[in-house]
Amino acid sequence: MAMTMHVDVVSAEGEIFSGTAEEVFIPAELGEIGVLPRHTPLISRLKPGEVRVKMSGEETSIFVSGGMVEVQPHVVTVLADTGIRAQDLDEARALEAKARAEEAMQSQEDTIEFAKAKSELLEAMAQLQMLEKIRKKAR
Amino acid sequence: MAVGKEIRTQIKSITNTQKITKAMEMVAASKMRRAKERMDATKPYAQKMRNVISHLAMAHPEYKHPFLQEREVKRVGYIVISTDRGLCGGLNINLFKEAMNSMETWHEQDIPIDLCLIGAKAEAFFKRIGNIASSVSHLGDTPHLDTLIGTVKVMLDSFYDGSIDRLYLVENEFVNSMTQQPRVSKLIPVEPSDEDELKHHWDYIYEPDSKEVLDGLLMRYVESLVYQGVVENIACEMSARMVAMKAATDNAGDMIDELKLIYNKARQAAITQEISEIVSGAAAIG
Repeated sequence: MAMTMHVDVVSAEGEIFSGTAEEVFIPAELGEIGVLPRHTPLISRLKPGEVRVKMSGEETSIFVSGGMVEVQPHVVTVLADTGIRAQDLDEARALEAKARAEEAMQSQEDTIEFAKAKSELLEAMAQLQMLEKIRKKAR
Repeated sequence: MAVGKEIRTQIKSITNTQKITKAMEMVAASKMRRAKERMDATKPYAQKMRNVISHLAMAHPEYKHPFLQEREVKRVGYIVISTDRGLCGGLNINLFKEAMNSMETWHEQDIPIDLCLIGAKAEAFFKRIGNIASSVSHLGDTPHLDTLIGTVKVMLDSFYDGSIDRLYLVENEFVNSMTQQPRVSKLIPVEPSDEDELKHHWDYIYEPDSKEVLDGLLMRYVESLVYQGVVENIACEMSARMVAMKAATDNAGDMIDELKLIYNKARQAAITQEISEIVSGAAAIG
């Protein structure tokens, strides 16, 4: 029997593939690599591309938009990204988050929410008062 | 008959409220089921990521990543994950209490705190208390990692440039559908795990090089933990809301029962009075 290894492809939002394989092709950043069982430990970034898992003549292909791969002699773990990552894109996202924080700091008391809560409180109090009154009457 | 008209309206309005809380309970229950599924779906990634990180801690890269090194604490960061909406019992308040307890120890040592807030409730609560470095809210029921990247990056960057020396995560832990537990955990520096296989000296081949790989990996590790916290928090929110709404529905039921009793008493009293009036009237004539 041909040697096999375990392959897991996971993303933060869910498991994509889990099974055994005879050979895996991985779109590593420095070029596609083919991994056979007993490969030396390797850890690499991925570029967008296809992970192809070969098992008994059949090939399963999974698209990844980037991520990391860890290769151990009998286990290959692909940690796929869920979206496109790029330095400047992440930078822009960080700036957005900062802007949101400033907005949150500056925005006054949530006036609408406060007013809503107050009116709800008043209503509940009125109800309670009425209930008390009715109770007294009934006795 | 005009007896107890106001009681009847009261009963009707409580019945309406009860209908709403009942509906909210059922919506929360079904959303909780889906949120739990999503929460379970994030587990493999976090598990694999932890494996790789613990392998890495065992390997001996020539590059020592700052996330793996303890340093003197001069300023700390907190990531607080809360819900966007209320009506979920004491979920957020318990969480904020836990966060404040943990922050108190830093206040005593005069160590300033930077906050990264996820969820509208945390924004509303902490904006008067601390310095907010980044925030994000209204992620919806199906959050995506992409929307969190920027928010988390702000904190990671300030760790890189030395403006914070520790980063904590404050989140709700989903114990079961009745219990949610607030939890404060240290995100970075990453605690080395004490797995005892692979003890011998070995190392990975790093592509392109160990710095790039470690940077990418640890960034994703922290992001995945935060993402997992967010997804878990939604499951917590839904189950807390379910429980809260169930209690509200039950209370409304009790209130209706009580009011009905009062109403019936009043009605009977009125009838009795009327009968005695008729009887005494008839007696007076006869």
